Amino acid sequence: MTAYLLKRFAIALATLVLASMVVFAVLEILPGDPARLMLGMNASADQVELLRNQMGLNAPLAWRYLHWAGGLLSLDFGRSYTYSVPVLDLVRERLAVSLPLALIALALSTIIAIPVGLFSASRRGRAGDTVAMGAAQLGVAVPNFWFALMLIYVFAVWLRLVPAGGFPGWGAGIWPAAKSLMLPAVALALPQAAILARVTRSALIEVLNEDYIRTARAKGLPYRAVLWRHALRNAMIPVLTILGLQFAFLLAGTIIIENVFYLPGLGRLVFQAITQRDLIVVESVVMLLVAAVIAVNLVVDLSYAVVDPRLRSRQ
Amino acid sequence: MTMHIDIPEETLSSILAKAFRNTAFVAGFVITVLILAMAVISYVWTPYDVTRLVISDKTQGPSLAHWFGTDHFGRDILSMIMVGARNSIAVAFVAVGIGMGVGVPLGAFAAARGGLVDEALMRINDLVFAFPALLSAIMITAIFGPGAVNAIIAIGIFNIPVFARVARAGALAIWPREFILAARAAGKSSTQISIEHVLPNIATLLLVQGTIQFALGILAEAGLSYLGLGAQPPMPSWGRMLFDAQTRMVAAPWMAIFPGMAIVITVLGLNLLGDGIADILDPKSRRQR
Repeated sequence: MTAYLLKRFAIALATLVLASMVVFAVLEILPGDPARLMLGMNASADQVELLRNQMGLNAPLAWRYLHWAGGLLSLDFGRSYTYSVPVLDLVRERLAVSLPLALIALALSTIIAIPVGLFSASRRGRAGDTVAMGAAQLGVAVPNFWFALMLIYVFAVWLRLVPAGGFPGWGAGIWPAAKSLMLPAVALALPQAAILARVTRSALIEVLNEDYIRTARAKGLPYRAVLWRHALRNAMIPVLTILGLQFAFLLAGTIIIENVFYLPGLGRLVFQAITQRDLIVVESVVMLLVAAVIAVNLVVDLSYAVVDPRLRSRQ
Repeated sequence: MTMHIDIPEETLSSILAKAFRNTAFVAGFVITVLILAMAVISYVWTPYDVTRLVISDKTQGPSLAHWFGTDHFGRDILSMIMVGARNSIAVAFVAVGIGMGVGVPLGAFAAARGGLVDEALMRINDLVFAFPALLSAIMITAIFGPGAVNAIIAIGIFNIPVFARVARAGALAIWPREFILAARAAGKSSTQISIEHVLPNIATLLLVQGTIQFALGILAEAGLSYLGLGAQPPMPSWGRMLFDAQTRMVAAPWMAIFPGMAIVITVLGLNLLGDGIADILDPKSRRQR
């Protein structure tokens, strides 16, 4: 078990270091000189050179990488070129929108998907299953930003129940803020729920064919108990894998949805930073997201061991 | 050259018979063919010229003259959807080609070699998977500039590890088989065995994954062009049409409804086709039934 944990941890760490090198290298080849961008087109070459020196852009590549990576470790992400504030402050402010959004969407998706998967698996081949899986098939095919537009049309334009976009900030009170996250969360959650429901169903069907399920039924356990206690637990591994992937996707995948709803979140921040060549912001946010993906994958790997005792003893 | 393909006592006609009884396959096949036909027809005929702006016809609702209405420049939405299909299909298709072309040899090679080579290739795979695909695609198109070709590259790169993983897993299951041992005894190299014996046996897996990635590619392309990073105007693209529609939702909802439906139907068709093929050809799903 310890060896398993250590190996997973080492792999995650190595991936993180490699990823940071890739991010740094990729942004090095991005066209556009940040110093020139900050000073504008009328600045003289001397002024640009001076600022480049001040910003440390003229230092050797390896030194700049180490400086940057060291900064990341001590949570010193540097200052944004365009906003002239520490990147950490920007990120913190934007995470206050993106993180709740991702969590609400994930919760919503799970709450919908697991019962639908259970329902379908236990009614395999019957009308209820066909309808549920048909709906899931449709859900997988819907682009979330189009679904978002349709939601805006129905709930914001037509019924006027929620705002069509924008975010009042948490300072405006929990309810107005939460209200403006509702449509984005639903738009993000439904396509994800469709995928999760399909995975839950097929994982359950595989488990329901096992001998121990027959044994559990034979010893007189009611079907419902077998389904929830024995089948669902054993079907959790693929479900957890997808959940982990989805959380990572939701953190980064909010880029388009945040653009649809004009939400000041992390995705919109990084999108604007890319178009404005605000490299420090791009580097930091991308690394943050990559670190989140790696961390989530690690947690998922570890949770396998919790869900499946066989993994614990084997290693 | 003799090939061993693992389709026991099945003939083409029995597979076809099974295909026609499979609802998902038939539905997916029909939809996919219709969408392809729409794209092909758009080269020779569209109801209206999509490059001509007729301001007097702008933002008209659906009518007999314009079935899906017109956009803010008076262009016919149906014609734009037809031309936009070309773009979506081309981008997704080439992106799948890139993923298969690079990923399958890598995966097959990793499986054939095993050991350190395998481990190293799979860790590189993990590395690519650690990058949120959409974010990275946005970065790639930002570096090289927006456009259909760069969208293809951006989506294609993220198809590579997917196909590498599927090819490797499939190949690993084939390598311990007896007919591989026989081929080895006959003195074939591992490259020859991979091409002649392993690949034909994992072709189904790759085909199914191919349709899934094709569908995902269409969604990704729509997302990129919605953000203005895909095909550039005046070339119509489904994502771009949705972007144009967003600010006009109140006055012209049809501008958003129909291009979105085109995406949904295309992706749905491809997914049904993939499910159908998997059902028909995959021996494992057959046993489960």
